[in-house]
Amino acid sequence: MKKIEAIIRIEKLDEVRVALEKEGFVGMTVTEIKGRGSQKGVMLEWRAGEYRVEFLPKLKIELVVNGDRTEAAIRIIAEAARTGAIGDGKIFIYPVEDVVRIRTGERGIEAV
Amino acid sequence: MINSGDTAWVLISTALVILMTPALGFFYAGLVRKKNVLSTIMLSVALLALISLQWAFFGYSLAFGADRGGLIGGLNWLGLNGVGQAPNAAYAPTIPHLAFMVFQLAFAVITPALITGAFVERINFSGFLVFTFLWATFIYDPLAHWVWGVGGWLRTLGALDFAGGAVVHISAGLAALAVALVIGKRKDYGKIPMEPSNIPFTVLGAFLLWFGWFGFNGGSALSSGGLAASALVATNLAGAAAAITWMVISWIHKRPNLLGLATGGIAGLAAVTPASGFISPLSAMAIGMVAAIFCYYMIIFRVRVGLDESLDVFACHGIGGLWGVLAVGLFAEKAVNAAGADGLFFGNPGQLGAQLIMAASVALFSFIATYILAKVVDAIFVLRVKKNEEEIGLDISQHGETVY
Repeated sequence: MKKIEAIIRIEKLDEVRVALEKEGFVGMTVTEIKGRGSQKGVMLEWRAGEYRVEFLPKLKIELVVNGDRTEAAIRIIAEAARTGAIGDGKIFIYPVEDVVRIRTGERGIEAV
Repeated sequence: MINSGDTAWVLISTALVILMTPALGFFYAGLVRKKNVLSTIMLSVALLALISLQWAFFGYSLAFGADRGGLIGGLNWLGLNGVGQAPNAAYAPTIPHLAFMVFQLAFAVITPALITGAFVERINFSGFLVFTFLWATFIYDPLAHWVWGVGGWLRTLGALDFAGGAVVHISAGLAALAVALVIGKRKDYGKIPMEPSNIPFTVLGAFLLWFGWFGFNGGSALSSGGLAASALVATNLAGAAAAITWMVISWIHKRPNLLGLATGGIAGLAAVTPASGFISPLSAMAIGMVAAIFCYYMIIFRVRVGLDESLDVFACHGIGGLWGVLAVGLFAEKAVNAAGADGLFFGNPGQLGAQLIMAASVALFSFIATYILAKVVDAIFVLRVKKNEEEIGLDISQHGETVY
């Protein structure tokens, strides 16, 4: 089992969700976050002149998938979240030791 | 003889101007960081309560009481003794004296509240209360007497300030500059971004100020006839011209933004305040437009020199007020207000001289007296919070409350 953690543009959430759902990836957790990559922040307008905002609002999607479906999920997210401009985000993949469904006590991939 | 129309308008105007102080709290709160939003609102609304009491106990008497050498009023109206339902013929012959007093109270409240923009995010609340109480007593009350009190030396000189360009805006703007120099920059100012926490708050506050300004300037006619209408129209047009001009300037530099539009409106409204009862609608537009240009570049300059006069009270109200008071000497017309004067453009260059004396004397007195007062209060009561209190934010460290 792998956990996929994708940092994406806020406005790409629905495209990513729909694309994942179409391939059977239904469950996910979404968090509003702030962050930045190598482009640093952006300039915004102040009362007169501009100021730099160092962190930009983004969304983090987390989902756990069976090992053999990891590449499929990564491909779907990368395609749906891409605009080609700086700031499209990143995907991180982690190994997952176990999963517990609290209601039934099921373990492993059955519990996802 | 009491006129019910005049009385009704002045009482409604009083309520409009009273609303401006909490509106100012929101205007300022949206510009500070999230950890200081409540503190910033509190600085304004606490003054609504504090200065209301000061004004009733002795402030009104010091400003409008029997003249002492042209400089200050006497103590004849302490505790509003003798200020009753009958009109005071010298100030407003058609409304109750109490109505005139409470209308003026709203101005006495908002003026020190304007200054709070200079020291948000680092002010020690107890030091602030002492500073402001003394500022109202030793700076606002005498200045109000100079300009508006019967026997006040600037009033006697013939200098005109319809609704407080000198008394409110120049005095608050220069005081803000002085107290910002005494208290110093916010921690890490210029090193880390200080993002506005809530732009909708600021815009809501700005346009509630705009709304209240109809009472501020329109009510200053102290009657409900043509002059009030003229002042109200001038007020709206100056705010509008300044807001549009500000938007165009920011568009030329980059993008037309909401924070700029709102700030521009306030600069124009501040500038037209002293002139609003003496000028034509077209003159009001010209005053607003020029105010936006002056105030916009003063903010740019203020940021460039690294001065943390945090919310630009000097740039908006100080510069706007100075320009407006001088503009009276250019644009005033007796055709608009027979009790006023003609300005330079209407054949009377002398008026500009009187306006210049008023602008300079009020600015100098406010700056110097505030600087000394702030130094003294800082030495005894401390104006600035401790470093860790500033880092945590004043909402928690000063008031024990948290915002959304």
